[in-house]
Amino acid sequence: MVQLALPKNSRIGKGRHYPAPQGASRVKTFRIYRYDPEGTENPRWDTYDVDVGACGPMLLDVLIHIKNTVDPTLTFRRSCREGVCGSCAMNIGGRNTLACTHGWEDAPGAEIQVSPLPSQPVVKDLVPDLTLFYAQYASIEPWLHTETPEPQTEWKQSIEDRSKLDGLYECILCACCSTSCPSYWWNGEKYLGPATLLHAYRWLIDSRDEAAGARLDALEDPFKLYRCHTIMNCAQVCPKGLNPAKAIAEIKKLMVERVV
Amino acid sequence: MTEASPGVRERPLSPHLQVWRWHVTMLGSILHRACLVGLYVGALILAGWAVALASGEQAYLAYAGLLGSLPGKLVLLGLTFALFFTIASNVRHMLWDTGRAFTPKVADMITIASIVFAVVATAVVWLIAGQTGGLS
Repeated sequence: MVQLALPKNSRIGKGRHYPAPQGASRVKTFRIYRYDPEGTENPRWDTYDVDVGACGPMLLDVLIHIKNTVDPTLTFRRSCREGVCGSCAMNIGGRNTLACTHGWEDAPGAEIQVSPLPSQPVVKDLVPDLTLFYAQYASIEPWLHTETPEPQTEWKQSIEDRSKLDGLYECILCACCSTSCPSYWWNGEKYLGPATLLHAYRWLIDSRDEAAGARLDALEDPFKLYRCHTIMNCAQVCPKGLNPAKAIAEIKKLMVERVV
Repeated sequence: MTEASPGVRERPLSPHLQVWRWHVTMLGSILHRACLVGLYVGALILAGWAVALASGEQAYLAYAGLLGSLPGKLVLLGLTFALFFTIASNVRHMLWDTGRAFTPKVADMITIASIVFAVVATAVVWLIAGQTGGLS
């Protein structure tokens, strides 16, 4: 259901301010969402005046700098720092992206606002609980379904058929797109969301997969697929430049093609 | 959603609309929804007009007077926009239904074009109405 305001326990209060260290060469203010699961208070916005002259160019560099030198309690996920693992997906300056590949200078505003991926339960600070997201991904059975006896060697695919997976296989499941989607915000438990549907399409058009009919049957539902209203936030934010909205449109076309 | 383990309080929901930086395609989608709701109201107003017409001169003049008042005109102006935007936006959606115009740039362009078309078409209709004495 559409719920424009945040629930009572999720409203964000004013937090602490951390001034820049003396002698800082270049200062930028970051407004960061904080939530301590062990305390009793609501989430809050803490502001950090960061000496950006002392850290790297990416937002992740700033977060690591804060954690190392200002406030060790700041919690966030990160791993590969090169846009491959998808761990550091978060909302930066009002848009979802990967902190490791997004330069903080590219975020708008005098204060750069950083919050967890939108409309998800927050575990701590910038760490959302993505259990539902992963369960939805698992629900489309993202592996090859075949009935033909397994070949002696590998399952073969022509270069042309293989190229149909381009623009789909690159998805790293960072959840930037799904959590950018207002449809997913309002109906996240019933609508599968852009990332899962992009993967659903990836298996539907794989020339080696033999379960397209069953896959389409599973998506034929008022919510799972058809809650996409081409709001297009998914394609606007995908840090890998993929287009889930288009993949969803292609699934809808497959649905039509099999009945006409 | 995962159950919180005992002793852990319910997790807060991260901010969504509160932090989101809007984009024109998102505006287009919301506007499409709002205009459709507006057109439902418009259909009722049109039905009311027909009922007034059938109920005799007195009722019709009163109804026309209501629509001709400043608030009435504002509502009609809004409905004109809603009608034109819905038409343009449905063309946009038809294009999308064929799997085309999905690159973010093109999607932006056709959304802006829909809004511009609706504004211009509304202005033209009301200018014509003004020129032909329909607004007096």
